[in-house]
Amino acid sequence: MADIQVKELTFGYAESKPVLQGISLSFDGRSTAIIGQNGAGKTTFVKLLKGLLKPTAGDVLIDGQNTREATVASLAGRIGMVFQNPNDQIFKNKVLDEVMFGPLNIGMSEGEAKEHAEAALALVGLCGLEQENPYDLSLSERKMVAIASILAMDTGVVIFDEPTIAQDWRGRRTIGSIIRGLRERGKLVIAILHDMDFVAEYFERTVVFAKGRVLLDGGTREVFAKEECLRAAYLEPPHVTQLCKSLGYNEVFLTAEDFVSHVKGNGFTV
Amino acid sequence: MAHIAVQHLKYRYPLTDELALRDISFTVGEGEFIGIIGQNGAGKSTLCQALCGIIPSFYKGAYGGKVLIDGEEAAKTPVAELCRKVGIVFQNPFSQVTGSKLTVYEEIAFGLENLGLPREEMVRRIDHALELLDIQALREQNPFDLSGGQMQRMAIAGIIAMEPQVIILDEPTSQLDPQGSEEVFRAVQKLCLQGITILMVEHKMEKIAAYSDRVMLMDKGEIVDFDTPQKIFSLDCLEACGVQPPAFTQICRGLGLRNGDTGLYPVTLEEAHKALDQIKGGAAHG
Repeated sequence: MADIQVKELTFGYAESKPVLQGISLSFDGRSTAIIGQNGAGKTTFVKLLKGLLKPTAGDVLIDGQNTREATVASLAGRIGMVFQNPNDQIFKNKVLDEVMFGPLNIGMSEGEAKEHAEAALALVGLCGLEQENPYDLSLSERKMVAIASILAMDTGVVIFDEPTIAQDWRGRRTIGSIIRGLRERGKLVIAILHDMDFVAEYFERTVVFAKGRVLLDGGTREVFAKEECLRAAYLEPPHVTQLCKSLGYNEVFLTAEDFVSHVKGNGFTV
Repeated sequence: MAHIAVQHLKYRYPLTDELALRDISFTVGEGEFIGIIGQNGAGKSTLCQALCGIIPSFYKGAYGGKVLIDGEEAAKTPVAELCRKVGIVFQNPFSQVTGSKLTVYEEIAFGLENLGLPREEMVRRIDHALELLDIQALREQNPFDLSGGQMQRMAIAGIIAMEPQVIILDEPTSQLDPQGSEEVFRAVQKLCLQGITILMVEHKMEKIAAYSDRVMLMDKGEIVDFDTPQKIFSLDCLEACGVQPPAFTQICRGLGLRNGDTGLYPVTLEEAHKALDQIKGGAAHG
């Protein structure tokens, strides 16, 4: 399992305006959701993990290597990141070429890259679209191309920036099962999300960012129990959690299934 | 007269074989808030583009039937005229931004300059739009320095400033944080209460249930049903259409809790709370 240590990390695009201040986090094997308001510093933070940005102060260590001393290219084989907007990521004019680009770049052979690319496209449900131009696809399909491009690189760490944007129910479920699959294969999954119901369903750990600092960090159930604290960060718990709280339950329920089986388990029948 | 009347609308994109819209007919009254749902590829965005005339004026292809906005036929009305009546907010704000303006303020002014409005009128409308979307603080910023959420609110402000009678929003909150999307829904609801007709495509079913007067469920280029949120989210074919009902409805469906009078499932937190509170008694508290 990949190891990421963040120590007293501070960063600002301009010196006078720090975007992140004094962040210390270590990532264990748990799938981790990063939540927070637009502008809280979430995307900046993951760009620092990937070495696209370098800390103003403090350190980011990837498997013991300081990102200050590593090139983006040398980190690319270890950390994959799916951008929020697929248009920022996609530049080839054929889907297959796009998805093979990363694998080839980190030194896979042509055959190996193709194999990885085809498997990744199957996983995101884009089989048969290999020869299409990504810009002839819909936004939700393009997002899937962007995800496949990163999966094909088979990195130890996979970062998703807002993976569920523009996805319908089926797309959300596909992405959810990809995240679970990565976790089962021992990958470290980190995702920035605004969809709290999705966080509740698929992530073991949740970190709340607010104004460039870590406000809360813990198991997802534990974090979503702290409603007051979440509201201070302009967030709210998942819909099911809110409903159960309003009904006076003391436990924190994360999904509809969770709650339905609890009620049925207590002998409720219609 | 219906504010929007769509009669037997059919449309096929150029170079494709299948109809994207097959024989769609419906009417919408002035000031209604309509939610449009369905899986990706159902025809939602295509319908939006037909309502504001981008289809067939920009996207060619095969077009049949009629779209009437306030009695005027969209396909026969020049875009320059139709845009005073119908505004559209795209899913991706990058598609909407002109790219030629250096501040948020000027960006919002762009549409108004094209309408040739007097300066004082422009200032009044821009200030109003900035306030409604709560982006006054961003007025002097470069549009390309904004976050996705801020940019989307700017795009909506640009349409609101045009003061159209109908506003179509195609997944306007997909880039926004929870607070930002709640703000957009509230702002849109405010416009609706002022008599503006709203049609919004959205995947956030809890929001659709809370804000829509009626919900249109689309699949494979057709309208499956067009009714109250309670009726739509109680349909058995929902999952087959690739739509998951609101979390509140999922719970009530899971427990078989229907509204005693209507036989329909609750769709909002308040409705679900009421239904669940009645059964709580001995079984529930943890």
